[in-house]
Amino acid sequence: MKLHSLITAASVAVLLGAVYAPGAYADGKTVKIGVLNDMSSVYSYLGGMGSVAAAQMAVKDFGGKVLGKPIEIVYADHQNKPDVGVAIASKWFDEDGVDAILDLPTSSVAIAVQKVAQDRGKVDIISNGGSSELTNKYCSPTGVHWTYDTYQLAHVIGGAVVKQGGKSWFFITADYAFGHQLQDDTAAVVKAAGGTIVGSVNVPLNNADFSSFLLQAQQSKAQIIGLANAGGDTVNSIKQASEFGIVQGGQRLAGLLVFIADVDALGLKTAQGLLLSESYYWDQNDQTRAFAKKFEAAYNGKVPTSGQAGVYTAVMHYLKAMEAAKTEDGAKVVAQMRAMPINDFMTKNGKLRIDGRVIRDVYLFQVKKPEESKYPYDYYKQLAVVPGDQAFRPLSESECPLVKK
Amino acid sequence: MLDWVNIAVPPAPALFGQLLIGLINGAFYAMLSLGLAVIFGLLNIINFAHGALYMLGAFCAYLLLNFFGIGYWPSLIIAPIVVGAFGMALERLFIRHVYKLDHLYGLLLTFGMALIIEGLFRQKYGVAGQTYSIPEALSGGQNLGFMFLPNYRAWVIVASTFFCFGTWFIIERTRLGAYLRAATENPVLVQAFGINVPRMITLTYGFGVGLAALAGVMAAPIYQVSPLMGSNLIIVVFAVVVIGGMGSILGAIVSGFALGVIEGLTKVFYPEASATAIFAIMVVVLLVKPAGLFGRRA
Repeated sequence: MKLHSLITAASVAVLLGAVYAPGAYADGKTVKIGVLNDMSSVYSYLGGMGSVAAAQMAVKDFGGKVLGKPIEIVYADHQNKPDVGVAIASKWFDEDGVDAILDLPTSSVAIAVQKVAQDRGKVDIISNGGSSELTNKYCSPTGVHWTYDTYQLAHVIGGAVVKQGGKSWFFITADYAFGHQLQDDTAAVVKAAGGTIVGSVNVPLNNADFSSFLLQAQQSKAQIIGLANAGGDTVNSIKQASEFGIVQGGQRLAGLLVFIADVDALGLKTAQGLLLSESYYWDQNDQTRAFAKKFEAAYNGKVPTSGQAGVYTAVMHYLKAMEAAKTEDGAKVVAQMRAMPINDFMTKNGKLRIDGRVIRDVYLFQVKKPEESKYPYDYYKQLAVVPGDQAFRPLSESECPLVKK
Repeated sequence: MLDWVNIAVPPAPALFGQLLIGLINGAFYAMLSLGLAVIFGLLNIINFAHGALYMLGAFCAYLLLNFFGIGYWPSLIIAPIVVGAFGMALERLFIRHVYKLDHLYGLLLTFGMALIIEGLFRQKYGVAGQTYSIPEALSGGQNLGFMFLPNYRAWVIVASTFFCFGTWFIIERTRLGAYLRAATENPVLVQAFGINVPRMITLTYGFGVGLAALAGVMAAPIYQVSPLMGSNLIIVVFAVVVIGGMGSILGAIVSGFALGVIEGLTKVFYPEASATAIFAIMVVVLLVKPAGLFGRRA
């Protein structure tokens, strides 16, 4: 076979995926909010068009206008590539008059776009992105990390598992920034609580077959197999772990980043017993249920993920702050966001810290057994509420230059 | 630091387990690369739609279960027939027009088809995978002493070995296979003997596609049934075919299993490289033996 045929095919694929950001015009007469996320690939089911729907709902619920100007939502697909994300963000800020960019899953893209926003004094609010470095080494005065981060996941889940007696750990880790960070954060928690790390294996991203790695985990005799990965990788590793009788063999899985959409993809029979940490679950109280119902009506009957709920509440808080600050200026609006307590269906008395981290209570859930689930999406049992000041990195440990010590 | 101690030298029983797992993954490579090799060998088409057709096989099983309540075993037969028929329609309508042109046209045509098929499924189902359970009869597993072997994986290896060597036997050792091979050498002459060559070629394409769909059904209970499952696999499978020698039936089978094992061992000794090991081998093979390990010089 001719090799250049393959090369041609590859170039065609790249061309077809070229940057596409639908129309937006800078006229100063509208306030523009851009939703930038993965619309077509591995993480699109966590945010994707659902995040756009959530942002549009927030604008509608806010009344459609702020500072007397209409609010417009634009959106684009960053394809999980930092260069694509930077190109779209620059165009949005420089030419299209976008005031804030939201969602930003895939930490590598989020870090890059946060820098673009910071250089221009524009706002970025990260909902689906995870790396805790976004509010640590890479913190920005106009950057906000809204929904969750790796530090919190590690502390809530790692802490709970060790407390239940899971002292020895083996990690199956996605081989990129996010996975390594999640592993390091969790390992620190495990060791601090008196546990040990007996081994780990770095798996290339988007790997279909985990049997070999699961076998290594099995032979390590660790009590807990920590999955420092996300999305399809997590789903496949959990599914295959059940096939290889990992849980029956006495070992337990700890999915460090599991969303409700993953549980849905796994089915309760496979996912039962998993521990996970989220800042929003649709079936917590009347307010969370009301949002879920509204979201389902707006978005193909799908239950909102915590990242999508985060986009809604972030847009709300941003618009409220803008109204109160009486300006579109990024730095001033974010300062106002810090000054105002955050109160909505997923946050009670939350606050935005100087490093950009939103502090709120987060929850430890366990996935129900199939027989415990009574209606569609009845998936989680709440085990604990972890107060925000215990779940997130304390400012005393922060490397963020904005934090004065 | 600790991790290095752990992966330095695994004990022998652990290695057996990894070899077996490598063979199982190799079984999938073999089934897919076999279909590609048959299609390339007999039709001269580089079938880039193969991954999408594999995905269709898995989805077909999923849809049969969810809409008609038809389980795994009937799906093993129905899905390859349905998807194979779809493949034959594609061949009749589109692919046959590019036989006489450069390989590149066939490649681009089938690549485009793959994008369209995957795009449609992505539109409908999103990228989060759908679940498909392991059939009741094959759930559970055996403790072999050195590893726990799920029954379903054992079935995969047995079934795919059977299908692979069955295909090899038909093409290389039967009269029908002889017609096929003759038709690719000299279609005009074979037609002169009263054999309907275009129909035979359509059926061959359908057969290759059916093999992909069969692999898709077998993969459904192990992986997520997702629109992207084929595109994740197809590039690796192409590397397998190139290593085995384009168009060589036996080469596709042997290199499929062998590369599964090699990839499995990489996952033990240096897991970070497991996604690239096959391509490194492909480069070496192309340099040393450009026609592939079992290929004949064109």
